[in-house]
Amino acid sequence: MTLAVQTDAEGYLANKDDWSEELAKELAQELGIELGDDHWKVLNTARAIESESGSSPGLRKISKRSETPIKAIYKLFPDGPAKLIAKIAGIPKPKSCL
Amino acid sequence: MKTILILGAGTAGTAMAHKIRRKLSSDWEVAVVDPSTKHVYQPGLLFLPFGDETEARIVRERDSTLGKGITWHRTEVKAIDTERRVVEVADGEPLSYDFLIIASGTEIRPDMIDGMLDGGWQKSVFDFYTLEGAKALQAGLASFEGGRLVVNVVEMPIKCPVAPLEFVFLADWYLTKRGIRDKTELVFATPLDGAFTKPLASKTLGYLLEDKGIQVETEFMTGEVDAEKNVIRSYDEREVPYDLLVTIPPHTGARLLEDSDLGDELGFVPTDPHTLAVKGTERVFCIGDATDLPSSKAGSVAHFQVDLLSENLLRVIDGKELEPTFDGHSNCFVETGHGKAMLIDFNYDTEPLPGHFPIPHIGPLPLLKEARRNHWAKLAFRWVYWNGLLPARPIPISPTMSLAGKQLTAAAEAGGE
Repeated sequence: MTLAVQTDAEGYLANKDDWSEELAKELAQELGIELGDDHWKVLNTARAIESESGSSPGLRKISKRSETPIKAIYKLFPDGPAKLIAKIAGIPKPKSCL
Repeated sequence: MKTILILGAGTAGTAMAHKIRRKLSSDWEVAVVDPSTKHVYQPGLLFLPFGDETEARIVRERDSTLGKGITWHRTEVKAIDTERRVVEVADGEPLSYDFLIIASGTEIRPDMIDGMLDGGWQKSVFDFYTLEGAKALQAGLASFEGGRLVVNVVEMPIKCPVAPLEFVFLADWYLTKRGIRDKTELVFATPLDGAFTKPLASKTLGYLLEDKGIQVETEFMTGEVDAEKNVIRSYDEREVPYDLLVTIPPHTGARLLEDSDLGDELGFVPTDPHTLAVKGTERVFCIGDATDLPSSKAGSVAHFQVDLLSENLLRVIDGKELEPTFDGHSNCFVETGHGKAMLIDFNYDTEPLPGHFPIPHIGPLPLLKEARRNHWAKLAFRWVYWNGLLPARPIPISPTMSLAGKQLTAAAEAGGE
């Protein structure tokens, strides 16, 4: 990665303010994803919801707001979209209370 | 006469009504709107399927839970007009308010998953988040003779986020007592990346899954229930077969809010995390499970919010500013089976840490650690709920979280926050 940022042990951004579109492209590339418009619609929605509500959203909420069916989100971010979206969008890992 | 109108008479709404009634003069009317005539002690629903709790002990007539000086409008809310400060109801004149408190909770939505309500519902597919569901599951478990028992969280957020895992632990105990544990595969399927998602909890509690022989299917986002083949299928085409499925369906806020400007895509109400004011409105607040806050949807959270919001309401009535007092404090017992439980205490910023509760260094209840004392305290809490929490009598637990006596370095050592 050319942009130097800190991530935690699982690859999530340590500091939300480090996020930029450039960084997202690099993070996506490392995860094997080339970002297109449809990816950005999903990522921007996830970022907006997290910033409003303080927690990383579930796929159903992202799907409804971005008008992208959950099946299509799986095509855009194969192998675990919830985690991939959080990593690339620079928002916290979706968690429970324990 | 001025009015505080509370939508919903569940845990948050009922406690709020009593709390604020005690603090305000008779110039104020305190009213709740709720069409249902029963109040369910929801933590009891976890025990009911195993026959360890009875309907009689966890359900009361609503009118017996509402004290003197509280008006109960037994009807359904049809529309909320925050400009004119009026709530329209199905039965009766529109209700006007000076302050509105939304406490309409959350409901499970099995209808949102393809196939969930088809042939298997309440035959081989059960929920335990409703009284009917928990009762049907009690019968379903009683006739279960072994096979694959799958507990599946469809999607977060859900009420009482640890209840599904508690259910798995209690099922292990129940099946052992019935002598069919060795004939049963116990599976926990979760949309998250583990049964425990925080480093400290995974490190300190991972043994529970291993010792009890519980299989965990991670990042499983249920797309459909195939009731003919008895499998749940994820969006990425993985299948988990079941003989008995205990599902925790998606949750939404009240339907009315889902369809109105007040709710988000899932009907949860965008709420200020510290003042509990509903964003973009005046004189409207939201408490309990109905909010979109990252705090747990749990009775303890509702209780702490009631304490803090009632103080804030008095400030506003006195012409003062709201204070950002709520910190996301949550305090939950976690049943781990075989007569033991844990206690966890956390807020927006601090994950559950080891220590003692409620008195630092003394306890008597240990935090983030299994103990018989915690199990007995959880069972005793039903009495506290009916006699302390709902009527809003003082309970000696701080509404904000304390770090005193907690092992602060534990999380860092586990690689967490």
